[in-house]
Amino acid sequence: MNYVGIDIGSTASKVAVRGEKSMYFVLPTGWSSKETCLTIKERLAAEAIDVLSDDTKVVATGYGRVAVDFADYVITEITCHARGGREMAGDNCAIIDVGGQDTKVIIVENGMVQDFLMNDKCSAGTGKFLEIMANRLGVALQELFDMAEAGTVLPISSLCTVFAESEVINYIGEGRKRGDIAAGVVDSVASKVAQLSQRKTLLEKVILTGGLSDSEYFCRILSEKIGHKVEGTEYGRYAGALGAALLAEEKSR
Amino acid sequence: MADYRKMWEDLGMDVETHDQLCAVLPQAFGDVFLSQENRPEGMDYYNMVVADIHGIRPAELIEHQKKGGKVFGTFCVYVPDEIVFAADAIATGLCGGSQFWVPGGEKVLPTNTCPLIKASVGARVDRTCPFFRIADMYVGETTCDGKKKAWEILAEDVPVHVMNLPQMKRAKDVKAWAEEIEAFKDVVEEFTGNKVTAEKLAESIKLINNKRKALERLYDLRKNETLPISGCDALLISQIAFYDDPTRFTQMTNKLCDELEKRVADGVSVVPAGTKRIMLTGTPLAIPNWKLHNIVETSGGAVVCEEMCTGTRYFEKQVDETAETLEDQYMALANRYMNINCACFTPNSGRIDDILRLAEEYKVDGIIDVNLKFCGLYDTEGYFVERAMKEAGIPVLGIETDYTDSDAQQLRTRVSAFIEMLNN
Repeated sequence: MNYVGIDIGSTASKVAVRGEKSMYFVLPTGWSSKETCLTIKERLAAEAIDVLSDDTKVVATGYGRVAVDFADYVITEITCHARGGREMAGDNCAIIDVGGQDTKVIIVENGMVQDFLMNDKCSAGTGKFLEIMANRLGVALQELFDMAEAGTVLPISSLCTVFAESEVINYIGEGRKRGDIAAGVVDSVASKVAQLSQRKTLLEKVILTGGLSDSEYFCRILSEKIGHKVEGTEYGRYAGALGAALLAEEKSR
Repeated sequence: MADYRKMWEDLGMDVETHDQLCAVLPQAFGDVFLSQENRPEGMDYYNMVVADIHGIRPAELIEHQKKGGKVFGTFCVYVPDEIVFAADAIATGLCGGSQFWVPGGEKVLPTNTCPLIKASVGARVDRTCPFFRIADMYVGETTCDGKKKAWEILAEDVPVHVMNLPQMKRAKDVKAWAEEIEAFKDVVEEFTGNKVTAEKLAESIKLINNKRKALERLYDLRKNETLPISGCDALLISQIAFYDDPTRFTQMTNKLCDELEKRVADGVSVVPAGTKRIMLTGTPLAIPNWKLHNIVETSGGAVVCEEMCTGTRYFEKQVDETAETLEDQYMALANRYMNINCACFTPNSGRIDDILRLAEEYKVDGIIDVNLKFCGLYDTEGYFVERAMKEAGIPVLGIETDYTDSDAQQLRTRVSAFIEMLNN
């Protein structure tokens, strides 16, 4: 048997396979979740995993979960992230997931989701904010982090990505250092994520998942803002997909 | 559907723009309501009322006006309909619940005004709702800053009377509200030319109490483990209560309740056993705002109660019918209305008690605390709601939304995750 977890995020689609095979892969979601699903199906087929066979159980999650027409079960990313996070951090933990279009805080107690929170429609405090700002500064995301680490924070006060972008443009106009602006951008995202996190009572163990989870720098800034240690996770971007694969296994028992 | 174009034209409506609304409503209604399985037969009446929402009832109101009667448009559960009906006038709810009217409201109001106010003002200024055209006088109240200023804008176009609702609940505030009710009576008397006597008021107190009792009966039936009616349908009935003829509404709702009682006795439920029971708390859901109920009930949950103006705040507690003089009747009315717990009051701990009580009565598994975007009062009070529920061990999900569908997918994720959490 193979258990496949597919997490169709707004920016990246993540796949985790457990069972006879064990593998992880990620690809950009692009403009069509349907097409992404097809690509995933083909990639799995190349590894001799037939998603339609009875020997394969598929759980789809993420905002594009309904597009996965070959899924056996469709489960929200909250539940999947909680399951994946639990695998990484144990039965009692808080999971902070910074995603491409939303940020969530999930409290897991005794292995169960006890409470959760998601940001509102606004994209401040999400990966999208970083993406837009990196674009504006003409650098790749990793470069933005590298520059930010060496820079001095310039305050970005706007709650809204569009207005924050105007602030960044003002700084550019004033001839401020790119590294300082970058530091301001990362600081702003961390502040917003921290604000959201502080609405819930975090547990002792707090982990970061999502696309930024392997950034030691972002974890450090976020820990400072929250006043609580936030641990990075090596496979954090796969937390949802891993959780989905685990749930596929548990559901078909 | 009968052709009401002539009537709409006579009302001075922008019929062409209004057609756009008429074109989408049946689809929306069909998607949310007619797709439900195992609906009670008694819902046929409400289906009909909504199908011709801008036809049947407006035509009745116009008939009433032709006979010299007046129509008062209201926006809030604190405004006592009893006074209006006692003067042989008709009160009708005017709250707007569709995004269709919001851009109209934004022409004159700041964008960061709640959608309910924007839609209500938009419906008037754009001339796209017959009820807003028919009402001879609007009755506003001071329940929030947005509304207070909106009345001033509306008053340039239509007669508006504003009732000054106190924002604390001391004895002197209840007395002040009784005085406001008396002042309202004077306005109504003058505007209609009809005298409000103690006998007339006693009659209308009974009339409105009976309507509230019918709603209470309906809601009591939702307390059963065997759920005889969906949350969507119950919400629709609550919404219709605001503008339907009270006598007929009471009669039809009681008739429906007879059917629902039989369903409970026969074990007929609209959802499978074990379906998680959700209560919505917070800001009102004016017609045709069915968004959250639809999301909850198509995500594996059942809405069993609304602690909202379109819900328990509208019908709980009756007006004392034993008062014999007008003075005593004003006080009886004030006592009943001041017992409603709205976030515009400070402090408002009674509302937390209400929610805890309702959660128990309706055997609720989880609460979704709903806030209409830019309603600062309910949003802020959500802090206490969430904390109290947590202390009581009741899971709660806070949601802020407006009338647009742009966040429907995100809401669906949250609500589904919440129900998954309850199911674990």
